[in-house]
Amino acid sequence: MMGSENEAESQVFASREEMENLVLDEPSDNPNGNGGSKSFSDYRSVMSSLADAHHPFSPPLTPADSDPLLAPQPYRDLRNPSLSHDNNNSYIEPPAYADVIFSPFDENTGSEINGIDSPGRSSDSSLSLSRSPSSSSDYIKITVSNPQKEQESSNSLVPGASTYVTYLITTRTNIPEFNGSEFGVRRRFKDVVTLSDRLAEAYRGFFIPPRPDKSVVESQVMQKQEFVEQRRVALEKYLRRLAAHPIIRNSDELKVFLQVQGKLPLATSTDVASRMLDGAVNLPKQLFGEGSTVAPQDVVQPAKGGRDLLRLFKELKQSVSNDWGGSRPPVVEEDKEFLEKKEKMNVFELQLSNASQQAESLVKAQQDMGETMGELGLAFIKLTKFENEEAKFESQRVRAGDMKNVATAAVKASRFYRELNAQTVKHLDTLHEYLGLMLSVHGAFADRSSALLTVQTLLSELSALHTRAEKLEAASSKIFGGDKSRIRRMEELKETIRATENAKSVAIREYERIKENNRTELERMETEKQADFSNMLKGFVLNQVGYAEKIANVWAKVAEETSGYATDSA
Amino acid sequence: MDQQQRSSSGYSHSPRSPSSQPYLSVSVTDPVKLGNGVQAYISYRVITKTNLPDYQGPEKIVIRRYSDFVWLHDRLFEKYKGVFIPPLPEKSAVEKFRFSAEFIEMRRQALDVFVNRIASHQELQKSEDLKTFLQAEEETMERLRAHESSYFKKKPADLLQIFKDVQSRVSDVVLGKEKPVEESNPDYEKLKHYIFELENHLAEAQKHAYRLVKRHRELGQSLSDFGKAAKLLGACEADGLGKALTELGAKSETLSIRLQKEAHQLLMNFEEPLKDYVRAVQSIKATIAERANAFRQQCELAETMKLKEINLDKLMLTRSDRVGEAEIEYRELKEDSEEAARRFESIVRLMNEEIVRFQDQKMIDMGRAFHEFAKGQARLANNIADAWRSLLPKLEACFT
Repeated sequence: MMGSENEAESQVFASREEMENLVLDEPSDNPNGNGGSKSFSDYRSVMSSLADAHHPFSPPLTPADSDPLLAPQPYRDLRNPSLSHDNNNSYIEPPAYADVIFSPFDENTGSEINGIDSPGRSSDSSLSLSRSPSSSSDYIKITVSNPQKEQESSNSLVPGASTYVTYLITTRTNIPEFNGSEFGVRRRFKDVVTLSDRLAEAYRGFFIPPRPDKSVVESQVMQKQEFVEQRRVALEKYLRRLAAHPIIRNSDELKVFLQVQGKLPLATSTDVASRMLDGAVNLPKQLFGEGSTVAPQDVVQPAKGGRDLLRLFKELKQSVSNDWGGSRPPVVEEDKEFLEKKEKMNVFELQLSNASQQAESLVKAQQDMGETMGELGLAFIKLTKFENEEAKFESQRVRAGDMKNVATAAVKASRFYRELNAQTVKHLDTLHEYLGLMLSVHGAFADRSSALLTVQTLLSELSALHTRAEKLEAASSKIFGGDKSRIRRMEELKETIRATENAKSVAIREYERIKENNRTELERMETEKQADFSNMLKGFVLNQVGYAEKIANVWAKVAEETSGYATDSA
Repeated sequence: MDQQQRSSSGYSHSPRSPSSQPYLSVSVTDPVKLGNGVQAYISYRVITKTNLPDYQGPEKIVIRRYSDFVWLHDRLFEKYKGVFIPPLPEKSAVEKFRFSAEFIEMRRQALDVFVNRIASHQELQKSEDLKTFLQAEEETMERLRAHESSYFKKKPADLLQIFKDVQSRVSDVVLGKEKPVEESNPDYEKLKHYIFELENHLAEAQKHAYRLVKRHRELGQSLSDFGKAAKLLGACEADGLGKALTELGAKSETLSIRLQKEAHQLLMNFEEPLKDYVRAVQSIKATIAERANAFRQQCELAETMKLKEINLDKLMLTRSDRVGEAEIEYRELKEDSEEAARRFESIVRLMNEEIVRFQDQKMIDMGRAFHEFAKGQARLANNIADAWRSLLPKLEACFT
């Protein structure tokens, strides 16, 4: 009894400063300003820094490092009940949780904790265990670290303007397609943008995880170190999500990105301005008859964002005609099932966003509870010390003794609230992951729409070409013997029609392919959603039970110790 | 409240005790809001059950309002110097307008405690003013109340203001700002220092206790909101997941209600006793100021008396015809000086008794408050654990 009292007391006295720091340490709000899902980015960064605040190993937030109150932190990812496989049924028997949940701090997990705040479905092998029994031994773990400033080698007119930051990207894997089991490369953010763009082109229709924002404003406004760290965390999460995607993890693009030393050998994306310029150069040629059809290989990419301005105009005209023209477009989105699913997705996203906001409030409330409980405990500790020092009467000493019990309990309870919260954040983070996933879904659906538009445009064009051919046919049949120029024009037209037919076939094939991708992805998402949400709910509830039990035990002891004061009117 | 307190001295307070035993039992009940707007106030029923000869009948009921309690407090403070007069709940001009049920109940409870502490105090229970307070007709009280405010030229409408004045005067004295007409009593110095420090510590603890109440309410609110959001999300989903989310949402809402209840308990049984403790310490500070006054008076009179004595001797030597006059003056002064000395000593004596009583009482009061606090927190945590635990098998069922 004495021992634990002293321990609590010395801990508290020694760490009062740390506790005050902890108390005052607010998670820094660093919104990424992503237009598409502002709340998602905001929440993500707040939550990850909140989670970080409780990691003994997280570099940027030093108070947590030195906080002895948090040091012997039991650490267990409760999102995986399968991890505690030997305890699967124990939760039915009370009060098992208080013991079940809290295994001693595992040194092995220490080095991996950096970044484990990412509920990366990929990185945790047991997660893939619980969800894809077929690839039971597939394992790929990506870490982003060691940011360094580098200089661009070319002579620049503006000195110092060509520095950039590279990150060390380390991969550990046992997948045979990769050369080796552990390797690292240095990449800069621009490379990540390239990777993301190439993937978007190659994997249309798939739910591709969205890449981190460019954050141009923030890179200027934030402290350099803070910004780099924020970016490092975001990159790691992004790459882990890519590796978690069963199709994308096997992509050449990703393999090349992770393995090839030196310059990234993927075609770089050019900026919009230069694309438009290129397009403008070609436009006159297109308008005057040369190369007026779109090449089949180009058809598989959307018109928007490309160089082909003429095609862009045509598709724009088509979409206007779709929306405002009286007639139905030649091909419409007929898949009712898909339309239903799309609608459901919208509703889901809305409620998900709401739930994620409320989750944030809940976490804050738990945090505040813990803090205030701790402050109360400290205030009582001070009072106790004071009474003991100045005590003239035995009643004072007794009171001081009672107070100390309460104070110690309050401090313990405070610690439990904080731990509870750290775990809660990890569980409820699933809500945010899925909000991010919604972005990917919208992207995939957009791929489908734009592919459909391309098909529709080509069909309209074909229809127009056929009409022209008919007219030409009718006119030339009136002139006996044939008009040389008209015959030539007829030939050209037939050629154009052939090429356009080719393009149309390709476009339709592409459209069907994307539709199929959408379908399989939706299925995959549904399955994973069941598993992920199940883990989240079970983990959240289990967590609440365990900590509530611990807190109850702490207070029950004090209630027992002070039971002498109880009135009969209980 | 305070069964132990009542039995500490004087009369017993159980009406069920044998009728030969003197008893005096008071309760403050039935708060009723009267009047409108700015003039609105709360009236309370004060029920006195007694067999004491000076009191009317076995039971007497009167209607009293807050300012009547203030009157009683001020009268006792004037008459019983040296005694730590039980503190009143704050006047709180602002909260009065809201008159929330919680506020009314807290005030009623505090007033009940106030009167009972007086009735069970060895000295105070003998007070005539107490008798008046418990027995007099409403009109009489009204007259006395009005008279009181004009009698004291200072017009101490706010009890807090009195304390503030006293506080600054006492701290002036303690800091030595005025002429050092102070007792040179090291034990007493220690006591004064203790009381001042104690108030600071207690105020801080009470502040955090109040915040803790707020945190309970906030957590309750966020659980309610989260529960609603989970239910809405569950409505979008099919089968297992949908049901699971709905169940989670419902459980969350249930716990929200539980938390609000606990917040109220915490306020009444933990935060209020702490606030009461702070008030008690402030009352002691007022007594300290009175003692300082009494000491100063005693010293001044003693000084003046000595001067008069010297003067008298001088006159006697010169065989002045003013000797007779001077002798009478001197005698009167001597009586006053002795009276002042007696008063001061009485205060010292009473304070010594009071401080022991105070420490004992606070040991019990806080012990009880701590017990309720711990019990409440344990009960809450257990309820929370039980609620979430009951959800687990349902979740299992939803996902298989």
